[in-house]
Amino acid sequence: MSDIIVEARQLKKTLGKGAGRVQALRGVDLALRRGELTLLMGPSGSGKTTLLLVLGCMLTPDSGTVTVCGTSTSGADKEALARIRRDHIGFVFQSYHLFPTLKAAQNVQLALDIRGEHGRGAAKKAREALALVGLAQKANARPGALSGGEQQRVAIARAFVANPSVILADEPTSALDSDNGRTIMRLLAEAAHERDRAVLVVTHDPRVIPFADRIIEIEDGILVDEKSGGPERLRVPKAAGSGL
Amino acid sequence: MSLVMTLASRNLFHDWLRFIATLVGIVFSVVLVMVQMGLFLGFGRMVTTMIDHANADLWVVPKSAKSFEDPSLLDLKLRDKVASVDGVASAVPLVIGFSDWRLDTGEMTPVFIVGADPKAGVLQPWNVVEGDVREFAQFGGVAVDRTYFDRLGIKGLGATAEIRGRRVKVVALTDGIRSFTTTPYVFVDLKNARLYTGTPPNRASSLMIRLKPDADRAKAIDAIRDHVGDAEVLTSNEFRSRSRSFWLFGTGAGAALFAGALLGVIVGTVIVAQTLYSSTKDHLSEFATLRAMGSSNSYIYNVIIYQALLNAVFGFVLASAIGYVVVQMTAKSALPIVITPWLVAALLALTIVMCVSSGIVAIIRVVRIDPASVFMR
Repeated sequence: MSDIIVEARQLKKTLGKGAGRVQALRGVDLALRRGELTLLMGPSGSGKTTLLLVLGCMLTPDSGTVTVCGTSTSGADKEALARIRRDHIGFVFQSYHLFPTLKAAQNVQLALDIRGEHGRGAAKKAREALALVGLAQKANARPGALSGGEQQRVAIARAFVANPSVILADEPTSALDSDNGRTIMRLLAEAAHERDRAVLVVTHDPRVIPFADRIIEIEDGILVDEKSGGPERLRVPKAAGSGL
Repeated sequence: MSLVMTLASRNLFHDWLRFIATLVGIVFSVVLVMVQMGLFLGFGRMVTTMIDHANADLWVVPKSAKSFEDPSLLDLKLRDKVASVDGVASAVPLVIGFSDWRLDTGEMTPVFIVGADPKAGVLQPWNVVEGDVREFAQFGGVAVDRTYFDRLGIKGLGATAEIRGRRVKVVALTDGIRSFTTTPYVFVDLKNARLYTGTPPNRASSLMIRLKPDADRAKAIDAIRDHVGDAEVLTSNEFRSRSRSFWLFGTGAGAALFAGALLGVIVGTVIVAQTLYSSTKDHLSEFATLRAMGSSNSYIYNVIIYQALLNAVFGFVLASAIGYVVVQMTAKSALPIVITPWLVAALLALTIVMCVSSGIVAIIRVVRIDPASVFMR
């Protein structure tokens, strides 16, 4: 089986209309491999979120192709794109996007529920995922009763629980302090290294660089630089309750 | 169990004020429809109460008689012709009509006279709680319902009054024989009915036919039709149906009740649609998150439809409780609201259809959600 989970070729995407028209992606080639945590960095308006949306099957490129786990997104309708996301991709959002009326475990279980996994088995998996991010004791807490870091850990458990091949994280640490940011990045790095997933983190937070295997810089819709992450990631201690 | 139900209930109960507003809308709507349709059924029953309580197999009525209360008259010669038909056990003349009841104080009130030979046992007062209808003939005796005491200015058995200048005495009291016209029924014997309504001795309002137990019904009907000329021969069901359709639809009363019910449905649908839409709009970011996570559209529709169904169930239960109270309160009134098991089932179905169809507006809004919006916040 190929190590490449997500592959993008010659992606071009224009956003907006009239005077506000912007060419957000200008021929991007990118491959996300299993077992690798990739950082996508760049200034505001550089096209990193647009690239994340295209790779995450939420935006269709004007030209170019995206293949996720061997499935091309070309010509796929909205439901087919949703199916690809459901089957292969886990998302971690900057603002967590937890459901405030659901308990932490239910928030995690939701990722299984939309995949048709219900009942006790799903509830058990959700609690196990919470335990992996060190929140077993907070399973019955609602998001409002959790700190920002805890909420993001619940969001990560939600992204992991259905065992997706790729995890796309959008600024996962930007709303967190250093300690919580490190915990979140450790969890994402472990997801890549110990669970053999492809992880892409869009960020402009330099604190996360030590966790990366690969760092890609984007500017004006073009990938301008790619470098390997430093050995710093090897010095990162394990996260509490980790094992992802 | 899927979390769809959990999400739906949390979305619903998260904002209590909105939930209560939704329930008020549904309850208002369902109770309105329930009352209108209950009145329709009650009215439908009341207009046929005399036919229902007549022990007749067939009715011979004047041509095109619209209802039991139709003032047209038959030639009484028909009675002998009909009685001679093979299979006919008896042909009992009935005289009905409006008249005036004069109280001892001199006040007048309209009454509806129903007169038949009490000995024939085809149509006589039922639910007699005091007195004896056999005394009709002896004293100008009448039977009235005790709910009309105030209208008739009497206090009970033995009370006297005048009908068309003739002294009458209350010899029997009934319970629950009410007229949908609010004009009290006054039961008398045939002879006095003619006097009180001004019906000539050779005329009658209708003939109530009883067939012999072994009679061939279809043949008897055909044979009677051959003997009655222009008059019509109706089965009790046909007469009931004709009376009901005249009073409910010929007079516009039924249309008014249906219009009220329709208004209830429209108001309910609009209120539920508005609150569901508003609830969905408040949870758009959650629906967008679900969509971003890869949920199918149908998963999200299910959340909205479950919300609608929960609204329907809670609204219906509350409305039913109110409906029960209304039924109890009107049970002894001039026009009781009648709620049958079929009406309850139909109302439940209507409530569900109303609430679910209200969800369409919300679903249309959700369809337009862009999952990418999750990344813009």
